[in-house]
Amino acid sequence: MTTIARPRNLGSRLLGLQAALVYAFFYLPILVLVIFSFSDDRLVGRWGGFTLGWYEAFWNDQELTDSLWVSLQVAASSTVISVVLGTLAAFSLERFRFRGQRVFDALLYLPIIIPDVTMGIMMLIFFSEGIDLLDSVGIEASKGIGTVTLSHIAFNISFVSVVVRARLSGMDTNLEEAAMDLYATRWQTFWRVTFPQILPGIIGGALLAITLSLDDVVVTQFSAGPGATTLPVRVFSLIRKGVTPIINAVSVVMLVASLLLVVVSLIVGGLRSSSTPVANDD
Amino acid sequence: MTAVEEHPVVEATPEFEALAARQERRRGALYALPAYLYLVVFFAIPFLIVVVYSFATRTRTGGVELGGWNLDSYQRLGEEIVRDVLVRSVVLAIVTTLICLVIAYPFAYFITTRSPAVRNVMLALVMIPFWTNFLVRNYAWRLILANEGPLSNTTDAVGLGPTEILFTQSAVVLGMVYAFLPFMVLPLYASIERIDTSLIEASRDLYGNARQTFTSVIFPLSLPGVVAGSILVFVPSAGAYVTPAILGGNKNVLLGSYIVDQFGNARNFPFGASLSVVLMVLMLTATLAYFRSGGRNL
Amino acid sequence: MDVRVVAQTSEWGDELMTAAVELTGITKRFGDVTAVDHVDLVIEDGEFFAMLGPSGCGKTTTLRMIAGLEFPTEGSLKIFGDEVGTLPPNKRPVNTVFQNYALFPHMNVLDNVAFGLRMRKVSKSEARARAAEAIGLVQLAGLENRKPSQMSGGQQQRVALARALVNEPKVLLLDEPLGALDLKLRQEMQGELKALQSELGVSFVFVTHDQEEALTMSDRIAVMHDGKLLQVGTPEEIYERPTSRFVADFIGQTNLLEGTVEDASTICLANGARVAASSDHGVGAKVALSLRPERAQLGARGSAPSGPSVDGVVGRMTYLGNARVYTVKLDWMEVEVREENRPGVELHAPGTEVTVSWDPQAISVVTDS
Repeated sequence: MTTIARPRNLGSRLLGLQAALVYAFFYLPILVLVIFSFSDDRLVGRWGGFTLGWYEAFWNDQELTDSLWVSLQVAASSTVISVVLGTLAAFSLERFRFRGQRVFDALLYLPIIIPDVTMGIMMLIFFSEGIDLLDSVGIEASKGIGTVTLSHIAFNISFVSVVVRARLSGMDTNLEEAAMDLYATRWQTFWRVTFPQILPGIIGGALLAITLSLDDVVVTQFSAGPGATTLPVRVFSLIRKGVTPIINAVSVVMLVASLLLVVVSLIVGGLRSSSTPVANDD
Repeated sequence: MTAVEEHPVVEATPEFEALAARQERRRGALYALPAYLYLVVFFAIPFLIVVVYSFATRTRTGGVELGGWNLDSYQRLGEEIVRDVLVRSVVLAIVTTLICLVIAYPFAYFITTRSPAVRNVMLALVMIPFWTNFLVRNYAWRLILANEGPLSNTTDAVGLGPTEILFTQSAVVLGMVYAFLPFMVLPLYASIERIDTSLIEASRDLYGNARQTFTSVIFPLSLPGVVAGSILVFVPSAGAYVTPAILGGNKNVLLGSYIVDQFGNARNFPFGASLSVVLMVLMLTATLAYFRSGGRNL
Repeated sequence: MDVRVVAQTSEWGDELMTAAVELTGITKRFGDVTAVDHVDLVIEDGEFFAMLGPSGCGKTTTLRMIAGLEFPTEGSLKIFGDEVGTLPPNKRPVNTVFQNYALFPHMNVLDNVAFGLRMRKVSKSEARARAAEAIGLVQLAGLENRKPSQMSGGQQQRVALARALVNEPKVLLLDEPLGALDLKLRQEMQGELKALQSELGVSFVFVTHDQEEALTMSDRIAVMHDGKLLQVGTPEEIYERPTSRFVADFIGQTNLLEGTVEDASTICLANGARVAASSDHGVGAKVALSLRPERAQLGARGSAPSGPSVDGVVGRMTYLGNARVYTVKLDWMEVEVREENRPGVELHAPGTEVTVSWDPQAISVVTDS
């Protein structure tokens, strides 16, 4: 890492000021949001004294708490499945060579770069056609939590596999050879040697999947049916109808949740990287 | 423990080597299979269906008649209204990208002048708001920019009069800049940080002043970062839906909302599908350009 | 730990010594590239055996084939008479010490060393006990609970050794074991490895590109180049009687004087001079005389030397402290002559006309390869 020489002059001071402004730009809106979530005033954006009332209202709002529960369910189940499929995919790409690998790699990449509007439309049409198809053979199906979860898995697999792949490729392959040299079967090698090494990646991937699932608006909106609204989708539709103070409280709750996830992943990432050693020669 | 199995071990031959290699390949394919199947069913096929829909016919009642290669939806892309939407979206995306570039460049440069420990903290502070809920970050501006909202009240209080910026294109740009600025900061930082300081010192040694050093040495060398960051901002901006929906209002429709509309009120699925295909092609081209320019994993 | 029994019985008779490792026609091809080309090699039980050569010569690939980390494309690989070439590594009675040690970072030293035993279903308590014993053997007692990241390079190497040896392998393989260590530590470890090997009596097969290391430590050396096995012999045989140009040049320093065979006891050098040199290459064969700098003698021109000689002029003298190396210009090439720095030794100034002579028994005649 190179440090460019620091000019101690007006230019440097101006740059510093600009940086401070940028940080203010980043954090001020969030601060304002948090402040006004405690404001006791029906009009959003006016300070009317401190209150926890809006949080209470959130807690008591059946629709909102229902959608929160749906969000958690979808996040949990889609993460579990994405982690399993994504880790397997990462393993196959990093440790093996097979025909069609390039195609698989490209296919795995698409969900990451696709705009969410396009993906939402894709899932909407797909499920509608799929339900019609099932209907024609007498199977009754409808959009609901299931379809939302299926959509989330579709994009989460890719994100998990990217994170796990990074971890796998950085891992010393000699370790796996050493394990085999020491009489371990493939199964034993994976669980005793490879898995502990990639675990930080798997956890990181899982946290990323949870975050993406909890955050998602567009794809969920198009994959959902009645009774399957997630919290962000619910809030989104509320915002478009009109802003009420309860939305502030809900937003802050979502904010705190994402921050917690970030902090957890930083801690896990930091902890693990300090225990991964580099053999030094002396 | 013995080396020899119950059955005799064969001597090595090219056939055995090939067999072993084949078994390895099969194993790898097996591990890939679950995810592969899943993505084929729940990603590739949906995409293909969208493409098929784009060639379908819209019935009078807003339904869809599949089959046949109906190019109506694609021909509509040439209509004036549609072109307006497309152009507006691209222009807005470009504006967003430029603003992000102008803000992020000095900022990223400043970070590289700090010590490594400070740098990490500064970068983390950039990333943290970025990782928080996207909806919430848009909503915060909705709150601030509202007529008779905090911003308006503040400017009014200092004598600038109330600000009515919400539901204008400026609000949308503001929201998008806020959302995507980190996408510009990080690649720029990475690219500037990689510049060999000895090159800058050489420029100074050869009598270049600050401005000349910047234009002749620093900026050209940071170009990969500029390109990468620009693509990373442009792509989501062009297809943005949530931000315009929250901050943009109903006039001046952008591509994202326009597409969604086709599946809502307008009920023209084939046309919505063709628009989605256009958006997808746009994104793919930009992404390919990103990788061609030497960009690495996101 | 038990000392190995050296003699093995085979079905052909009592106390017939079976070679520890026997390679016959071993070949490894990667696509168009032949990394190992029809190698025939026998490594005896209880030997300290080195595979030596420049990088890319195929020595590491050969080692990996013995370990089972690669399958040969062709050929037979036997360990104590059993064909194992196509067995996976976890089914072979050999263990490897890797170049970068490959210690499992998430396990402490004790669990690392006990790993092989646990994989073979030895009970946890017994495995730990035997591992502790092995750790003591490599003088790391007391460090069982450390993690690899908390140990120095030298210590990590001992852990890798203990981890391999605790399994009582029939052959121990070492891939450039001392490459990552600094000079002093390397010399220390060389001595320890030798002592360990003779105490245990197990064959050690190690790969190195450092010829000095191979010469000082091994009972026998196999020199490889471009995938081919060039020569196998004791350090003395390899150094004193190289059979090929490459081996002569690779090991130590030498002067190669080109010539052709005139008859069984004469060689015609490139300048036309005929010198006495015995060889069994056919008449007319193109050969080179391998004359090591320390085997050559420098005398003033005119002094009649007893053996074969060539005339030249002193070009440059390099002072090495314990010796002097003279670069002597002959008509058609330069040769180096090394003279020990003994008191009273005659010095030759640059520009002096001299005669370079040698004892015909002290040189080798080598051909191309």
